[in-house]
Amino acid sequence: MRLTQAIIILLTIVFFSNNQNLLASGDETFKNLKPNFSFEGPFGKFDRESLKRGYQVYSEVCSSCHGMKQLSFRNLSQPGGPEFSINKVKEIASEYFILDGSDEYGDPIERSRVPSDRFQPPFDNKDAAKASNNGAYPPDLSLIVKARSDGANYIYSLLSGYEEPMPESMHIDESLSYNPWFSGSAIAMAQPLYDEMVEYDDGTIASISQMSYDVANFLAWAAEPTMEERKSLGLIVMGFLFIFLILMFFSVRRLFKDVH
Amino acid sequence: MNHDYEYTPGNAFTKWLDKRLPLIRFADENLLSFPTPRNLNYFWTFGFILTLCLVTQIITGIVLAMHYTPHVLMAFDSIEHIMRDVNYGWLIRYIHANGASMFFLAVFIHMFRGLYYGSYKEPREILWILGVVIFLLMIITAFMGYVLVWGQMSFWGATVITNLVGAIPLVGESILTLLLGGFSVDNPTLNRFFSLHYLLPFVIFGVVILHIWALHVTGNNNPTGISVKNTNDTISFHPYYTVKDLFAYVVFLLMFAYFIFYNPNILGHPDNYIEADAMVTPAHIVPEWYLLPFYAILRAVPDKLMGVLLMFGSIVVLFFLPWLDTMKVKSARYRPTYKIFYFTFLLTCFLLGYLGGQAPEGLYLFLSRVCTIYYFAFFLVVMPILSRYEKPSPMPIGISNSAINTDLGTDKNPALSINN
Ligand code: HEC
Ligand code: HEM
Repeated sequence: MRLTQAIIILLTIVFFSNNQNLLASGDETFKNLKPNFSFEGPFGKFDRESLKRGYQVYSEVCSSCHGMKQLSFRNLSQPGGPEFSINKVKEIASEYFILDGSDEYGDPIERSRVPSDRFQPPFDNKDAAKASNNGAYPPDLSLIVKARSDGANYIYSLLSGYEEPMPESMHIDESLSYNPWFSGSAIAMAQPLYDEMVEYDDGTIASISQMSYDVANFLAWAAEPTMEERKSLGLIVMGFLFIFLILMFFSVRRLFKDVH
Repeated sequence: MNHDYEYTPGNAFTKWLDKRLPLIRFADENLLSFPTPRNLNYFWTFGFILTLCLVTQIITGIVLAMHYTPHVLMAFDSIEHIMRDVNYGWLIRYIHANGASMFFLAVFIHMFRGLYYGSYKEPREILWILGVVIFLLMIITAFMGYVLVWGQMSFWGATVITNLVGAIPLVGESILTLLLGGFSVDNPTLNRFFSLHYLLPFVIFGVVILHIWALHVTGNNNPTGISVKNTNDTISFHPYYTVKDLFAYVVFLLMFAYFIFYNPNILGHPDNYIEADAMVTPAHIVPEWYLLPFYAILRAVPDKLMGVLLMFGSIVVLFFLPWLDTMKVKSARYRPTYKIFYFTFLLTCFLLGYLGGQAPEGLYLFLSRVCTIYYFAFFLVVMPILSRYEKPSPMPIGISNSAINTDLGTDKNPALSINN
């Protein structure tokens, strides 16, 4: 009986661990680099300074092509995120504009954005986005980390992976760039990051790998702004269940002492 | 079942109530003093766990429906709204999404338990058949629920699976149009799937009540497969099994909580975090893990109609188990040959699950075919043959009497046998 149980448990584990690989996209030519993000693991939290820098990279570089439609400016000051001060967020938001309602003549009113507004999309629609990018669509980045297997590591590898030399035997269209981390290795996004491209407010040196790390970190937070809340609640729930488990264990033992 | 004990109302009110609506008597007979075999192991706790899984899915589902918008332009964003803006919305959604996986994990264990201990055999045929009905309904419900997210895998999964209906000769196309509410997966499809996904769990609930009713007519099977003979063989459900089941449930919850809080997306596919796009086909279209074995069977044959028939057949065959396996000895404990075939079958199911996630080509395809053949052969060939020729090993006389029965092949000692 013990043996059967052991076999079944073993098979289950094997099945699930297999499943993990089997759900991965499968085409990675290269294994993802692992810069060791601080949010990994059951107690992991985001590095706030890195998130702030990551937002800076996103807004100064990526946002000209990629939208983040699930995010509002107010999220930037929310606990568990970059935690910009509310005044800073107001200031950030006010640099963008939005058409909101119409005036008495029916003409649209343009006003500056406030914290409750969403991030500004770079293009009016998908077709406009494609037209400016050689027909390729720069995907919305709000959920990109969840939408790729091993998300944050993948984004980090992708962004810092343009320097890899292209194999002699490979020929790609000139509108594409070689990047071995992208599935198919030919990506329609030209290398977006170069050393010192942004000047970090906090004085950190903006190397390609630093910026890749920060923006990947920021995108990981953006994909799930409630991650820290989830993990800390998890700890309480698991702790409670564990104590409950011990109580139940002894109850069963005592109750069944005379049965058999 | 042997009833020595009878409920007696204690005070004036309960006496009054007992004459009009014997609710307390009902609860007492069915939940508290219900005589249960004393030797049930932990595989018997999954019925209780499943009941709570169903309740969990219904409660979280109702809350999700309060915030969800079943429209192709808004569905995906409304789920992100739940994840980001609704208080504890992320928790509710992760419980519901991982809850479906846990539900299937539990139901697989529950069914393999039945298969091992022969719980489908006389007199529990209807109990088993109701179980298979529940399983079918669960699959349909889970499939429709997955579509509601309106991610890439939702959309393409729905397209692939609904298309199968079109393979049915003559009526297929018309049924497909009715199912989709049009000619392809679109807003009408999403709307009807939402409506049905809300409805079906309540139908399951109804069938579960019948399932438990049937259980309470025949009583539980047990690891020996030997029928309960007298009150020495049983203990009351409460407190013994309420406490044991609860203990098992807490273990189950710990695993469940691990997924919810520490790895909530591992059981899902990353592509489902990309909004559905009819113009972009994902590289691999795969269903959720719990449907992979059936998906492997579907793709094991080149012919679409045959594939569909085999896939449905793989579940339909379960309805006939009580008549395919007619061996009187129930439990695999005393069936050494059956045991070998059983574990091979278990392995085959795991393998099918793995193969369902691979592209159907080369070695994978070959293995899928071998596994599919064994899947059906186990029920249609092995079971009937073993029923005739297998020689069971010696078994005890009774549940609480471990003396060995010399009359092999039957658990009925005429002197002791009581109607069960
Ligand atoms: C000049 C426009 C442009 C800029 C600036 C840009 N991207 Fe892209 N990006 C694209 C295009 C176009 C694609 C689509 C590539 C394809 O499908 O081949 C893309 C694709 C991506 C992808 C998806 C890759 C995949 O696996 O499908 C990610 C992630 C990404 N960009 C991140 C970023 C980040 C982070 C930045 C800022 C550092 C950035 N991009 C800046 C145009 C841009
Ligand atoms: C919603 C899903 C289900 C629920 C809530 C449920 C609930 C239960 C409960 C509470 C029991 C009694 C406790 C136990 O023996 O574990 C039980 C027994 C049983 N169930 Fe289920 N069940 C479900 C699905 C199924 C399925 C899919 C099957 C098989 C196809 C099945 C077959 C059986 C059998 C044969 C028994 C009797 C087992 C025995 O006493 O040996 N059930 N079920």
